[in-house]
Amino acid sequence: MGSIIKNEENVAMRLNYTVDNDDFTRAGEASSKIKQMLKQLAIDANIVRRVAIATYEAEINLVIHSNGGTIEVFIKQDCIELYVEDNGPGIKDVSLAMTKGFSTATAVAREMGFGAGMGLPNMEKVSDTFEIESEVGVGTRIKMVVFYNTK
Amino acid sequence: MIVKDLIESHAFKLMAGTDIDREIKNVYSCDLLSWVMAKGKFDTAWITVQTHSNILAVASLLDFACIIIPEGIEIDKDTIEKANAESVVILSTQLETFEIFKILYKEGVQ
Repeated sequence: MGSIIKNEENVAMRLNYTVDNDDFTRAGEASSKIKQMLKQLAIDANIVRRVAIATYEAEINLVIHSNGGTIEVFIKQDCIELYVEDNGPGIKDVSLAMTKGFSTATAVAREMGFGAGMGLPNMEKVSDTFEIESEVGVGTRIKMVVFYNTK
Repeated sequence: MIVKDLIESHAFKLMAGTDIDREIKNVYSCDLLSWVMAKGKFDTAWITVQTHSNILAVASLLDFACIIIPEGIEIDKDTIEKANAESVVILSTQLETFEIFKILYKEGVQ
């Protein structure tokens, strides 16, 4: 842990959301608010869509797997940076967790259509840079960057 | 085709939402939400048997035209209330997914 560093320079606007674990009824609220804000700022629809997917998957992961956490959005001149942080329990094998189809979601979550093992792969797919670090007993941190001029 | 056509010509029931003049350009059927997040396109009619309120976030984040609940499956009351609040259109039909696909295909969603 400690390799992901928040780049606080030139942040035009920052948004911060807390996501509680196991709160399925509110899952999706943070990502919806982020999307709304980006739309209001007239950011390109394709960029908004990619950020919406990335934040939604992050939010669902926080609800299903974490002890609660935060999603922070830095809106910058050339990109949007997303920082996802939780308070554990941490991921034992990150590369296994990054494998499409691998999931440790509960039966209840799976019945609801979660736990397809696509969350982290989707986040990586829609972002231009994707970093993850995790430590069991400490937590997980993810940084994603979506540039306005790529993909 | 327009969402309204499903209601007027094919007896789909409008369960929530009001924006029925939207055009349907794509159709997709899947019940795994992350799968839908990965594959869903703009202006999609999304067929799913999931009826809990998390389907609304998926539909609104991806700007879907509507959600279609097939086979007369009952929809959670919470979901309908929330869909009305968030202006997500939900349709219900007795038809099976394949029959819905056939209608959309014949109406020009190809």
